[in-house]
Amino acid sequence: MTPAWAQIGNLAAALAFIFALKALSSPKSARLGNRVGATGAIAAVAIIFFSESNLKHLLLILIAVAFGTIIGFTAARRVQMTQMPQMVALFNGVGGGAAMAVAAIEFLSVGASNGFVALFATVFTIVIGSVSFTGSIVTFLKLQELMTSRPVVLPLGRFITIGTALTTLFVSVYLIVSPEIWAMWTLVVLSLILGILFVLPVGGADVPIVISLLNAFTGLSVAASGYVLDNVLLLVAGTLVGASGTLLTQLMAKAMGRPLTSTLFGAFTAKASTATGSAVDRPVKSAGPNDIAIMLTYASKVIIVPGYGLAVAQAQQTLRELVDLLITKGVEVEYAIHPVAGRMPGHMNVLLAEADVPYEQLKEMDEINSEFSSASVAVVVGANDVVNPAARTDSTSPIFGMPILNADQAEQVVFMKRSMRPGFAGVENELLFNDKTTLLFGDAKDSLSKVVAAVKTM
Amino acid sequence: MSVEIALLTIFILSIFVGFEVVSKVSTILHTPLMSGANAIHGVILVGAIIVTGHADNNLELGLGLVAVVLATINMVGGFVVTDRMLELFKSKKSNKTGEKK
Repeated sequence: MTPAWAQIGNLAAALAFIFALKALSSPKSARLGNRVGATGAIAAVAIIFFSESNLKHLLLILIAVAFGTIIGFTAARRVQMTQMPQMVALFNGVGGGAAMAVAAIEFLSVGASNGFVALFATVFTIVIGSVSFTGSIVTFLKLQELMTSRPVVLPLGRFITIGTALTTLFVSVYLIVSPEIWAMWTLVVLSLILGILFVLPVGGADVPIVISLLNAFTGLSVAASGYVLDNVLLLVAGTLVGASGTLLTQLMAKAMGRPLTSTLFGAFTAKASTATGSAVDRPVKSAGPNDIAIMLTYASKVIIVPGYGLAVAQAQQTLRELVDLLITKGVEVEYAIHPVAGRMPGHMNVLLAEADVPYEQLKEMDEINSEFSSASVAVVVGANDVVNPAARTDSTSPIFGMPILNADQAEQVVFMKRSMRPGFAGVENELLFNDKTTLLFGDAKDSLSKVVAAVKTM
Repeated sequence: MSVEIALLTIFILSIFVGFEVVSKVSTILHTPLMSGANAIHGVILVGAIIVTGHADNNLELGLGLVAVVLATINMVGGFVVTDRMLELFKSKKSNKTGEKK
C-alpha cells in the first residue's frame, strides 16, 4: 500500500500537470506552466523512490535515469528550432515505447493472475504504445527528410493495413482470453508494424496532426498502464494528455481545414494527383535582386509570407533586416503567418520570435487574408503550399480544402525559391506560372541579403 | 466503492479536465502545448521504475532499464525543449523596434 504522504504528493503532482496544461494555453503563463509541470514530474519520480517498498536494482535504475537525462537534455538543447517538430515526435515515440515495455514486463511477471480489466488495459497499452513508437519514428524520418515526405501507398496498401489491424485485434482478444507469452510477443510485433503502416500514407503537410494524435495515443497508453500498476498519478497524467491531445489534434485539423479522417486516410482514397509532367518546361518570369528591390521600395504595402524554406536557410534575421529597412523607407510591411507555416502550428511564430521580429507585425491568416487585395507586393519566402490556389479550386489536389493565404490577390507576387521543386506536400503550384508572379531563384538568405544591399543604395 | 469504480471515476473526470484546460488555446501555442503535454506523459518513468524495481529475471530487468532510459528521455527532453520554445515568446515584449518611421 502506498503511504499517505506519497498519495498526497502524487495528488500535488497531478495538480501541477493540470496547472501546466492550463497555463500552456496562454502566452503569458506558458513558461511558468511548463516549469510547474517539470517540477511535478520530478517530484513524482522522487516520491516513487522513497515510497515504493523493496525496489531492487536501485543502482542500475539510477544509472539508467542519469543516462536518459543526459541524452534527453543534450538532444533538447542542441536541436535547432527548425527541427523542433521531429524532436517532439521522437520524444513522443520513446515515451510510447517506454509505456509498451512497461506493459510487456507487467504481463511477463504477473500475466494471467491479473483480472480481466487489467489484462485488457495491458493489451491496450502494448498496442497503442507500439503504434505510437514506430509511428513517431516514421514521422521523424519524414520530417527529417530521411525518407520521402509524400504519402507512401503500398500496392494494395489499404488491404494490408486493414488486414494487419484486424489481425492485431484478433491477437489482442486472444491474449485477453488466454494470456500466453508467445501471443504477447506476436502482438508487440504486429502493433509495431501497424504503427508504420498507419503513418506511411500520411502526406507531408499532415504530419504535424499525426504527431499530435500519436501524442494523445501515448497519453492513453500511459493512463492504461496506470490502471495496471494501480498508480493513480499515471492514470490521471495519461488521461489528461490523452484528452487534451485529442482536442488539440482536432483544433489543428480545423486550423488546416482538414477533417481528421481525410488526413489519416486521404491518401488511400485520393487519386495520385496527375502531376502535369510538362511543368518543368513551362515559362516562368524570373528577375534579379535589383528589380525586386525597386519593386519593394516603391511599393506602398508589402506582405511577407514566410515559410519553412526561410528557416532552413537561417534567413530570419536577414528578412527582419529587409523589413526594418523598408519600414524606414515608408513602406507598410506585415508578415502573414499561416497556421501551419513551418512544420507545425505556431512553428513560424517561434522561428520569427527567435529573430526578434516584433509580435505586432505578425498577422494570423484570418486577420490578413482580406488585406492581400490592397497589397502592392506579396513576398513569398521559402513557402509554397500555403499560397497554392489549388487548395481552393482543384478538388483532386491532395491539399484541396486547406485554407491558404490569398497571396494571389496581391497586385504582384514575388517568390524567393531555391528551385522549381514543389513544396512539402509535393504539389505543383499554379501561382508560380501566373503573369503577376516574379521569381527570384537562390538560397533565401543569399537572395534576401542581395535585396537588402540593393534597397540600401536607393 | 470498489477500487475499480474509484479508478473509473478518476479516469472520466480526468478526461473532462483534459478537454477543459486546452479548449481555449491560441493557434500560436499549439506547438509548445503539444510539446508540453508530450513531456507530461514522460511520467511513465514512474511506471518504468516500479516494474524494473520488481524485475525477477534478466529479460525483465533489461527491458525495464530500456524503458527507464526511454521514459527519462521523453520527460527531460520534453520539458527542456518546451522551455526553449517558450523562452522565445517571452523576450518579444521587451524590444519594440519597427515602430519608427
